[in-house]
Amino acid sequence: MSTKTIGQEFIKGLWDENPVFRQLLGLCPTLAVTGAVINGLAMGLATTFVLIFSSLVVSSIKKLIPSQVRIASYIVIIATFVTVADRFLAAFFPPISKSLGPYVPLIVVNCIILGRQEAYSSKNTVGRSLIDALGMSAGFFLALLILSAIREILGAGTFFGYQVMGAWFTPWIIMILPPGAFITLGILLALALHIERRTKSRK
Amino acid sequence: MELIAIFISAILINNFVLYYFLGICPFLGVSKKIDSAFSMGLAVTFVMTITAVVSWAINHWILIPHELDYLKIVSFILVIASLVQLVEMFIRKTSPPLYQALGIYLPLITTNCAIMGLALLAALRDYGFAEAVIFGFGSGLGFTLAIIIMAGIREQLDLAEVPEPLKGAAIALIVAGIMALAFMGFVGMIK
Repeated sequence: MSTKTIGQEFIKGLWDENPVFRQLLGLCPTLAVTGAVINGLAMGLATTFVLIFSSLVVSSIKKLIPSQVRIASYIVIIATFVTVADRFLAAFFPPISKSLGPYVPLIVVNCIILGRQEAYSSKNTVGRSLIDALGMSAGFFLALLILSAIREILGAGTFFGYQVMGAWFTPWIIMILPPGAFITLGILLALALHIERRTKSRK
Repeated sequence: MELIAIFISAILINNFVLYYFLGICPFLGVSKKIDSAFSMGLAVTFVMTITAVVSWAINHWILIPHELDYLKIVSFILVIASLVQLVEMFIRKTSPPLYQALGIYLPLITTNCAIMGLALLAALRDYGFAEAVIFGFGSGLGFTLAIIIMAGIREQLDLAEVPEPLKGAAIALIVAGIMALAFMGFVGMIK
């Protein structure tokens, strides 16, 4: 059981245990869909949906699952919600579903989700698991938004599809291509580590 | 001709790691030494080829005829998980030296998104049987190529003076970015 207060439980996902910057989990979708803010947003929402509902289900039926088959059970639960998210996007937002391509079904192998079930929801109450899932999703969302904002503004001169850079600006095409994703995330990771070291040394 | 194009594009142009960003976890995690990178690449290539065969069979013989398309995600992930387990047991019985080489890397592959990505991409593009197998094998080789180059660079990187916050994953990602840049040079190869 966790001894943190509800507030701490939520906040830890944003920074101390941020899934992308601190735990290096879920890097594949983080790199793949952040070429435009709208895609990052859709991926963030879909992952949030899957994580929250998987955590709710896993934490409510944790006593019914024998520990030998727990991973397989978690995967089936996660895959069910991923299918729901995938079908929903395909039905109501076909352009987004098309531009995200195989990355929506791939949420099923996103290590953040399985990781939270194994490390948290299987050991804690439903309420706490919900807060934990919300915090982790918020942290993932934050990482996606920062990365996609940097890449879209520098790579296309737009934010959320609106022109933000003046006519003088020549877009850095490389930023919306694969190499831009790797390099931007690498620099952000170093920055996160640097900030962490600075705050630690001050204490 | 078509098959050769799929093969080359899977290795060089649409490289799984550097173009689709699939399999980043083992790419960063197991690329510290060339030996282990090679074993990991071998294990992934092996499982990818088998996955391509099995997922094609399931998709074309069970899911499509019975209009169960919406079960694709659930069935693929379960099949991949049990397949890896089976392959592991089979290799342990039949070829102990190969098991020694692949051993610890096989279970890790279950959670490798490259395998799931392969099954989904092959289904999405409606590949025939031969195309799917070539695509699986080529993608595995592409992964092996990327992870070995990465391991080679990281072995050299150990001797370099990297600024403190950049050490570890950050510098590895930046190196991967430069590699992706180099691989973009192959784009014009196939029209």
